[in-house]
Amino acid sequence: MIPQRAGSSVYRVDGKDKVTGAARYAIDIKVPGMLHGHVVRSTRAHAKIVSIDVEEALSRPGVAAVVTGNDLTGLFPRFGHIIADHPILALDRVRYYGEPVALVVARTPYEAADAADDVRVHYEDLPVVITPEEALADGAPLLHETSYDSGDRSFAEARSEVGARTNVAHMAVLEWGDVEAGLREAAVVVESTVQFPMHYAYAMEPYNAIASFDNGMLEVISTAQHPFQVRDDLARIFSLPLNSVRVRSPLIGGGYGSKSYTKVEPLAAVAAWATGRPVRVALDVEGSIHTTRADSATIHVRSGFDADGRILAREFDILFNTGAYADNGPLVLTKCVHRCFGPYRIPNLRVRGRAVYTNTVPSSSYRGFGAPQGSFAGETNLDRAADILGIDPAQLRRINLVRPGEKHIPKRRGMDADLVADLDIVTSKLGWRNKPTAGRGIGFACSASDAGAFPLSTATVRILADGSVLVLTGSTEMGQGSKTALAQIAATELGVPLEKVQVVQSDTATTPYERTTGASRTTTLTGLAVQRACCDALSKMEEIAADVSGCRIEEVKTAEGVVAGPDFEYRFDQLVAEWFGGRQGEIVGHGVVRRAGDLEELPPFWEIGMVGVEVAVDEETGLVNVEHLVTVGDVGYAINPSLVEGQDLGAATQGLGGALFEQLIYDGPQLVNPNVVDYRVPRMKDMPRRISSVIVERQDGVGPYGAKGGGEGSLNPIAAAVAAAVARATGVWPDRLPLTAETVWGLIRADRQLPSDTNEVDDA
Amino acid sequence: MSTVTIDTFVNGQRVTRQVAPRMTLAEFLRDDLGLTGTKVSCEMQVCGACTVLIDDMPVSACTYLAADADSRRITTVEGLAHGDELHPIQAAFVENFAIQCGFCTPGFVMMTAALLAENPAPTAEEVAEYMDGNICRCTGYKPILSAVLDAAERLRGTE
Repeated sequence: MIPQRAGSSVYRVDGKDKVTGAARYAIDIKVPGMLHGHVVRSTRAHAKIVSIDVEEALSRPGVAAVVTGNDLTGLFPRFGHIIADHPILALDRVRYYGEPVALVVARTPYEAADAADDVRVHYEDLPVVITPEEALADGAPLLHETSYDSGDRSFAEARSEVGARTNVAHMAVLEWGDVEAGLREAAVVVESTVQFPMHYAYAMEPYNAIASFDNGMLEVISTAQHPFQVRDDLARIFSLPLNSVRVRSPLIGGGYGSKSYTKVEPLAAVAAWATGRPVRVALDVEGSIHTTRADSATIHVRSGFDADGRILAREFDILFNTGAYADNGPLVLTKCVHRCFGPYRIPNLRVRGRAVYTNTVPSSSYRGFGAPQGSFAGETNLDRAADILGIDPAQLRRINLVRPGEKHIPKRRGMDADLVADLDIVTSKLGWRNKPTAGRGIGFACSASDAGAFPLSTATVRILADGSVLVLTGSTEMGQGSKTALAQIAATELGVPLEKVQVVQSDTATTPYERTTGASRTTTLTGLAVQRACCDALSKMEEIAADVSGCRIEEVKTAEGVVAGPDFEYRFDQLVAEWFGGRQGEIVGHGVVRRAGDLEELPPFWEIGMVGVEVAVDEETGLVNVEHLVTVGDVGYAINPSLVEGQDLGAATQGLGGALFEQLIYDGPQLVNPNVVDYRVPRMKDMPRRISSVIVERQDGVGPYGAKGGGEGSLNPIAAAVAAAVARATGVWPDRLPLTAETVWGLIRADRQLPSDTNEVDDA
Repeated sequence: MSTVTIDTFVNGQRVTRQVAPRMTLAEFLRDDLGLTGTKVSCEMQVCGACTVLIDDMPVSACTYLAADADSRRITTVEGLAHGDELHPIQAAFVENFAIQCGFCTPGFVMMTAALLAENPAPTAEEVAEYMDGNICRCTGYKPILSAVLDAAERLRGTE
C-alpha cells in the first residue's frame, strides 16, 4: 500500500483548520448588511391562531420586519420532501408547542430577541394529542384535515395514501409467506413489546442559515446535510427555477441525520424576501430541539421457532410518534419496517408500521433511521426466545443468520457480508460463555440496514495547469471524513500525492449533483463517482497525449501521475501546458453513479451492525457501567481505517447514550427537558472501560476497492445488546429505554417484589 | 444603550473596546474580534465548546460577560499555534484522530492546555475527570483521551 492512498490512515485533511479555529462553519460566516431573525414560538400545543399583534414589536429599536404566516401570500407556504405539510410559519393554526409562529428581523440578535417578547399571539385552544394512542382514538382531533400534494416521485417508497381523515401520516407494510400458519407450526412462540423513547441528535452546531437575494438568485448558506434537497424545497416556495437557488453547506458541526432535509432555510429565505436584506436565522439548542427529534416507538413482536431454534415466522407491529409534521418520518418508518426483523432467514413475515401525527415536535432522520428502534424490539425478542428455547443466543443467531449471497428480503440484494464470522468475532472478543455471573452480563446483537439510499451521485475532477487537482462533489463534510476519504480515492486513481488534491464540497451552483449525504453512502457511492470522474479525466489525458504526440491512443498508458507513450512521458502539468499552450487550461472528468449495472439491485449495500457489551450492574443503585464494548466494522475495505474506527466508536457511543441516558420527555403539552443539562448525552467518564474495535475487510462491497458504508452500523443494535447484558446481570428483561439507574433499580425491585418507594426502603 | 469600556489582552495583543453590558465573552470574541474559533453550543456552561483561558483559567465564554474580562488576559484557540506550526496539543489532536466535525475541538484543545498547565503528567482517570465538562458528540472520546495523554508526553519532551 502506498502511503496516503486508499487503505492508509492519513490524517484528516481538515484537521489543521479544525484544531486552530480556522475552520469555517455556517455560523462563522458573515454577509455584509446581514440582519438577524429571532423565532417567536407557539406557547400552545394545538390551537387556532385568532390574531397576531406585531405593531409593538415593529416599533422596537432596530426591528426591520416581523414576518408571520399572513405575509406568505404569493409563495408556496409549506415545505416537506415527502409530504409538503410543514408551514414555514404557522398559517392559521399551531400543531405543537414551540412551532414557529413569527420571525422578528432586526439589526442585531439582541434587538430581534428583545422585540420577539412583544409579539402578541392570540390563540383559541384545540384538543391536544401527545401520544399515538391518543391520536388514533375515536374522536381524536385531526392534525391535518387535508392531504397535501406529495414531494418527488423518487420518494415513492415513503409516500402515503392514508393522510386524509386520519392522524396516520404514513403506513408501511412488508409481508411474505403465511405468518399465521408459521406461528401455528411453531414449537415456541415468543411475544414481547418494547418502548423506545424520543431522542435528540444534539449536533453541537445548532441549526442556522443565512439567506439573501441577489440578481434574482436566492443564495443560502446553511447547516444542511443535503443542500440539493433544500434547494428543491426553496425553489418550490419561491417558484424559482433550480438554477436560481444556490445552497451552500460549509463544514457542518455534526449532523447524524438531524440536519438532513429542510429545516431553518425557509425561515431565513422568507425573511430575506420580506426585507430585501440578507438575514441570518441561528437557533439555540432549545430551538433546535423544537425543530427536529427522532421518533419514539412502541413495537410489538411475535416470533415462532421450531424446537431446534429455526425461525418459522415473525410478526411486527410498529407505532411511531412522528410529531406534528411528516418531515422524513415516513421514510424512517419504512426503513424501520425493513430493518426490525434482522438479517435472518424468515419464511413467513408480516410487518405493519404506522407513523402517527401528534401535537409534538416533528420527528425526522437520526443516525440509523428506524434501525435502532426496530433492532431493540427484534433482537431482545430473539434473546428472550433463546432463554425459552434453551439455546445459546449466539447459536440461535448462527442458525438463522443468512449466509453470504443469500437474500433475507425477496427481490433485494443478497447479503454482501459474512454475518456468522462477524458474530464470532464479537463473542470471542467478549469471552462469551453462556453462564450467569451475578452483577455482570454480556449482550450482543446484530442488524443489517438497507443503506446507501438511492444510488445517484455525480462528481467532477479537474486537473489544472500546474498538475494540482480539484475534486468537486455535492457531498457534505460533517465530521465523517468525506473530504479526506474522497481525496484519498482521487489521489489513488490519478497517482498523485494527496497534497495535490483539493476537495470542494456542497454548493448547488458549482458542485455537481448529490442526492443526499446520509445512509452511510458517501464513501461507497460518491467514492464511485469520484473514481469514475478520475477515470474519465485520465482517458481524456490519454487522448490528448495521443493527439499531441501523433501516436495511437492504445499506445498511451498512464501510471503514477505520468502519461507515457512510445517516445514520451508527460507529467499532468506538462501535458496540459502542451495541449493548451503555456500554463493555462484544465482537463475535466465527470463521473456518474446511477441505478444501473452493479447498482441496479437495491439496496446498494447492507450496512452491518454487529456489537457486544459487557456491563456491570450495581444491584443496590441500578447503575449500569459498560465494562467492555466490542464493535465490528464490516466495511468491505477501509479507505482510511482510523476514520472507520472513529465512525464505529462514535456511533456506538451515541447508541450507548440512547441505551443508558437519553430521552426527551413530554409532561403534558410541552417538553420538560429541551436542553443539554436535562437531556444527558455521554461524557468522557461514561466511556466503556475497555473498547475493542475490529475492522473486517472482505472487499465484498460495491464501492471503490470493495468498500461499503459504515457509520450507523455500530449504533443500530447496541440498545438491544445493552438490554440483554443488563438482563443477564439482573435476571430481568428490560422492555424500555433508557436504562438509567432509576429504571434498572425499579426493574430489579419489581421483579423481586420489593417496595420501589425509596421512603420505604430500610437501611439495607 | 450604555456601554462598558474593557481593556484586555487577547492572544497577547492589547484590545480596548466599548461593549454592551450584557455582551458575552463569546460574542465579543466572535462578533467584535472575528475570532470565530471559539464555538457556542449549549449556552448553559455544560458542553465546553466555548472554553477559553482567562488568566490561564478555563472558563465558558458563553456565560462569561465581556465586561468581566476587563484587565484580564484571554487566550483563545487562535492563540496557541506559532505561525504555521501547530502547538503540540493541536498536533496531538490531529495525529490521534481526536477530531470529527470539529465543533467541540477548540474547547477540548483549550481545556487540555489548562489541564496540562496544572498537571503535566495526568493519568487517564484524571484526564476523564477534568474533561467531563466537555461534550464531544462524534468521537466517543477515546481518541481525545489518547490525544491528551500524547500531548502531555510531547510537552514534557519539549521542556
